[in-house]
Amino acid sequence: MTAFLDSIGYGQWILHALVFLPLLGIVPIVLAPEAAARRIALAVTTGLFVLSLGLWWAVDTDPGTLQLMSSTPWIAAWGIHYAVGVDGISLFMVLLTTLLMPLCVLGSWTQVAKQQRAYYALLLALTTGVVGVFLAMDLFVFYVFWEVMLIPMYFLIGIWGGGNRHYAAFKFFLYTMAGSLLMLVAIIYTAYMVKVQTGIWSFGYEHVLQHAAVLVPAGGLLFLAFALAFAIKVPIFPFHTWLPDAHVEAPTAGSVLLAGVLLKMGTYGFLRFANPFFPMTAMSAEVSRVIVVLAVIGIIYGALVAMVQPDIKKLVAYSSVSHLGFVMLGLWAGTVQGVQGALMVMIGHGFSTGALFFLIGMLYERRHTREIAAYGGIARVMPLFSVAFVIVALASVGLPGLNGFIGEFLVLVGSFARYPWATAIATTGVIFAAAYLLWALQRMIFEKLDKPENEALTDLNLREILVLLPLLLGIIWMGVYPKPVLAKMEPAARRYVEMMQVPVPAPGDASFRTAAGGAR
Amino acid sequence: MTTIDLLSTTGILLAMLPELLLTGASLVALIATAYRHSTPADSRFVGLISLAGVAIAAAGLVALWGMGATPLGANHMITLDGFRFAGLALILLATAGTILISLGYLEREGITAPEYYPLVLFAAIGMMFLAGAADLIVLFVGLEVMSIAVYVLTAFNRRSIFSSEAGLKYFLIGAFASAFLLYGIALLYGASGSTDLATIGMQLRGAPLSFMAAAGLALFLVGMAFKIAAVPFHMWAPDAYDGAPTPVTAFMATGVKAAAFLALTRVLFESFGQHTTAWVDAIGLLAVLSMVVGNLVALAQRSLKRMLAYSSVAHAGYLLAALWTGPRDGGAPILLYLTAYVFTTIATFGILGLVGRDGEREVTLDSLAGLGKRQPWVAVALSVCMLSLLGFPGTLGFIGKWAILAAIIDQHQALLAVVVVLTSLVSAGYYLPVIMATWMKPEPVMTVPAMAPPPRTALLAIAVATIIILALGVWPSPILEAAIRGAQSVSGSATSLVGVAFP
Repeated sequence: MTAFLDSIGYGQWILHALVFLPLLGIVPIVLAPEAAARRIALAVTTGLFVLSLGLWWAVDTDPGTLQLMSSTPWIAAWGIHYAVGVDGISLFMVLLTTLLMPLCVLGSWTQVAKQQRAYYALLLALTTGVVGVFLAMDLFVFYVFWEVMLIPMYFLIGIWGGGNRHYAAFKFFLYTMAGSLLMLVAIIYTAYMVKVQTGIWSFGYEHVLQHAAVLVPAGGLLFLAFALAFAIKVPIFPFHTWLPDAHVEAPTAGSVLLAGVLLKMGTYGFLRFANPFFPMTAMSAEVSRVIVVLAVIGIIYGALVAMVQPDIKKLVAYSSVSHLGFVMLGLWAGTVQGVQGALMVMIGHGFSTGALFFLIGMLYERRHTREIAAYGGIARVMPLFSVAFVIVALASVGLPGLNGFIGEFLVLVGSFARYPWATAIATTGVIFAAAYLLWALQRMIFEKLDKPENEALTDLNLREILVLLPLLLGIIWMGVYPKPVLAKMEPAARRYVEMMQVPVPAPGDASFRTAAGGAR
Repeated sequence: MTTIDLLSTTGILLAMLPELLLTGASLVALIATAYRHSTPADSRFVGLISLAGVAIAAAGLVALWGMGATPLGANHMITLDGFRFAGLALILLATAGTILISLGYLEREGITAPEYYPLVLFAAIGMMFLAGAADLIVLFVGLEVMSIAVYVLTAFNRRSIFSSEAGLKYFLIGAFASAFLLYGIALLYGASGSTDLATIGMQLRGAPLSFMAAAGLALFLVGMAFKIAAVPFHMWAPDAYDGAPTPVTAFMATGVKAAAFLALTRVLFESFGQHTTAWVDAIGLLAVLSMVVGNLVALAQRSLKRMLAYSSVAHAGYLLAALWTGPRDGGAPILLYLTAYVFTTIATFGILGLVGRDGEREVTLDSLAGLGKRQPWVAVALSVCMLSLLGFPGTLGFIGKWAILAAIIDQHQALLAVVVVLTSLVSAGYYLPVIMATWMKPEPVMTVPAMAPPPRTALLAIAVATIIILALGVWPSPILEAAIRGAQSVSGSATSLVGVAFP
C-alpha cells in the first residue's frame, strides 16, 4: 500500500486536496440543477473519504512529529505561509471528519427539502473549514479556517434549523467569535514575542514552538486568551450555554457535525496550540486545578441536566458537555494514557453522538417530535432502529466492548495518579450517563406501545442503514480491537506529554519515567 | 525615478497633474450642465462626463506614479511621494464609486439637477489637495473646497426636509471646525514661522513643544476630529449621514474621511514625528472613545442608514488606533484599512440605495427580509460587505484589521488591541442581523410594489467592489506591497523612527 501511495506522490498533494477539493466541489453544485446537488455532494464527500484513507499508511506516526509538512509563502510581507501538516493526533480528527461528511449528506437526503443547492454547498464549505483547522500549521492559517468555518455553520443552523434557529445561530456565532477575537490578539502577540527574539515575523507552528521559551513572561495572559477561545468551543462549563441551543436547533447534519467534529476543534486547540506553547502556565497548579474542577463539574452537571430533559435531542446535547469533560481531564492528566484516552473519547464521541443525532433525526422525520414522552415501545414497530439505538446508547454509556469504554477508562486510569479525588468524582459521571441514557431508552424503545401515532412508524430503509452501518462498525471495532488506533496515536501523545514537562510528577506512575527530561 | 523641481512653474503644474486634469473635467461638466439641464437623460450625460473626468485624472495619476516622481529637494506646497499617490488613488476610487451609484439613484429619487456631478468633482479636487498638501495653507484650501461642495451635496434633495436639515447642520458644525483648524494653523505658524509641514517639523525639532505649538496642535486636532467624526466630535455625523442622499452619504463616509485622515496622518508624522508623546495619548483617547461609543450606539439603531453612520464613527476609531502607533510604519496600516473601508462602504451604501426609497431613512432590518430570494447576488454582496466591515477572515476588512492589530502589538501594547477586538465583537451584534434578515427572515406577505430593475451602473460598482474585497481578502500581497511602498515616504522628519519592517 505504501509503495502504491508513493508511486502516485500521495504525500505531496493529499493535504492540499483534502482542504480544497470540497471547495472545488461547490462549483458543480452551483451549476447543476437543484435535484442533482445531493448526488454531487455525496460523490465529492465519498471521494474525499476514500482519498483520506490513504493517510493511514502515508503518515508515519512513529516519530510523533508532524508529517507531510508543506509550506508555501502566502502573505510574504507579513511572514505568513500557507503551511499544513499532520501527525498521529490530527490524522484521526481528519479521518473522523471525512467519514462523517458523506454520512451527513446521505442522512440529509430526504430531510432537507428547501434550497438544496445552498445546503450542500455550505456542507462542503464547512468540510474545508474543519479539515483546514486540523491541518493548519501556521497560526494565521489556523485562525482563518477557525473563523471561516463559522459562516457555513451559521447558515446551516439559521436557515435549515428548528423553530428557534435564528437565536441559536446568532448565539453560536457570537460566542465563538468572542473567544476567537481575543485569540487573534494572542496569536499576533505570540508571534511578536517570537519576533523580538528572532528578528523575523513568522506565524509558523514549529517556529513558534521552537521559541516557546520566550513566551513564558506573558504566558499567563496569552494562555488565557487561547484557552478562552478553545474553552468556548469545547465547551467547558460555564461556557457551554450556546451548545444546547445550537445542537437542538441545527438540522441533523449540523448537529452531527457540531458534536462530531466542531467540539473537537476546541480540545484539539488545547492539545496542539495552547498547552504546547505555554506548558508552564497550562500545567501550573492553579490552572490545572481550575481546568480539572471545571471538567469534573462539566461531567457531572452535563449528565444531571441531561437526565431531566424531556427532549431527546437536548439530552444528547447535554451529554456532550459531560463527555467533553472527560477529554479535558485526560489532556491535563499528564500521562500518555490520559492523552490517548482523551483522543479516544474525542473519536468515540464523534461516532456515538454522531450516530445518536442521526437516529434522532430519522425518528423526527417520521414523527416530527423529539419529546421522549411521545414515544414508547417503538421496538415493536422499528426493530432495526431500536437495535442500532441500543448499541449506540450503550457505546455512549461506556459499556466494555464498545468504543466509549476504551476512552473513558484510559482517561480515568491516566488521571487517577494525579487527581485521585477528581477522578473518583468523574467516575460517577459514567454512572449518571448510564442512568440518563438507559432511562431514555426504556421510555422510548421499550415498555408498551401505547400511542396510536407510533403504530404506523416504519423501520429503517436501506439508505438509513447505510448511514448507520459505518458508525456501528467503527463503534464495535474500536471497542474490541483499539490497538492499531492507539498505537498510531501513542508517539504523538507521548510527544505532547513530554512537551508538557509536568512540574510536579505524580509518584508511582510508569509513564513519567519516559516523560522525564522532555525534549523541548 | 524622475525628479521634479517643485519651485518651477512647469514642475509644480506637473506635480498637480491629476488635480488639474480633474479640474478641467469638472469645468467641462459644469459647462455641459449649462446647456443640458432639463431631463434625466441630461443628468446622466453629465454624470458620464464626470466619470470620464475621473478616469482621465486617474490616468494622470498613473503617469505620475509610474514615473516615480520625487521632488527635487524637499516637498513644496504639494507632496510627491507614494503616500500621496496611494491617497489620490483611494479618493478617485471613492469618487468613481459615488458617481456610479448615483447614476440610477438620482433619477429614482427625482433629484435630476445635473449640477450634482460637478459638485462631486469639486469635492474630489478638494480632497486631493487636502490629502496631498505639503503646506498647511494648501491643506486648508483643499479642506474648504471639499467641505463647501459636500455641504451643498448633503442638502441636495430640496424636497426632503431632512436633507436640508442635514446640510445646515453639517455646514454650521463644519464652519465651526474650520475655525478651530484655522486658529490651530495660525498658532503653529506663530510657533514655527512657517506653514510648510517639513519646515515646521524642522523648527520644532530638538526641543520640547512650546505652549504655542502645543495649543496649535491641539486646535488642529480638534478641527480634524470634527471632520473625521471622531467621538466626542461626532454629533453632527449621524444626522448629516442620515439626511443626505445615500450616494452622498457614501461619499462623505469614504472620500471625506479618507482625505481628512491622510492629511492628519501626514501632519502628525511630518511636523510632529519627533513629538509623538505630544499627541499619541490624545489620539489613543479619541480612538477608544470612537470605537466604544460608535459601536455601542450603532447597536441601538433601527434605521440601517443611521446604523451605518455610527459604524463609520467606529471605523474612524479603528483608524485612529492605527494612527496611534506613530510614524514607524509610516501609515501603511492606515492606507490598508482605508482601502478596505472605501471599497466596502461604497458597496454597502450602493446596496442600501438599491433596496430603499426616499432617501432610505426608513430602511430597517425588516425591509431586507426576503432579499436573499428576490435578489440573491445583491444579498451575497451585502453579506460580504457586512463581513468585511466586521473584519472577518477572507475579506479585505480582515486584512485591514490584522494590519492595525499587528501595528499596535508591534508597539508592545496589547491593551489597545484588546479594545479593538472587543469593540469589533460588539459590531457583530449589528452587522450579523443584517445577514440574518437578508437570508433567514421570510419574505413579507405584503410584497413591495414591483421594483424597477436596479440600475446597471450601481450593480457594476457593487460587483467590482465585492469581487475586490474577496480577491484581495484572500490574496492581499499586491495591496500590501503597494501600501508598504506608499508608506515609506511619510516616516517623517524623524529619521531615527523610520522603520523598514512592517508586520
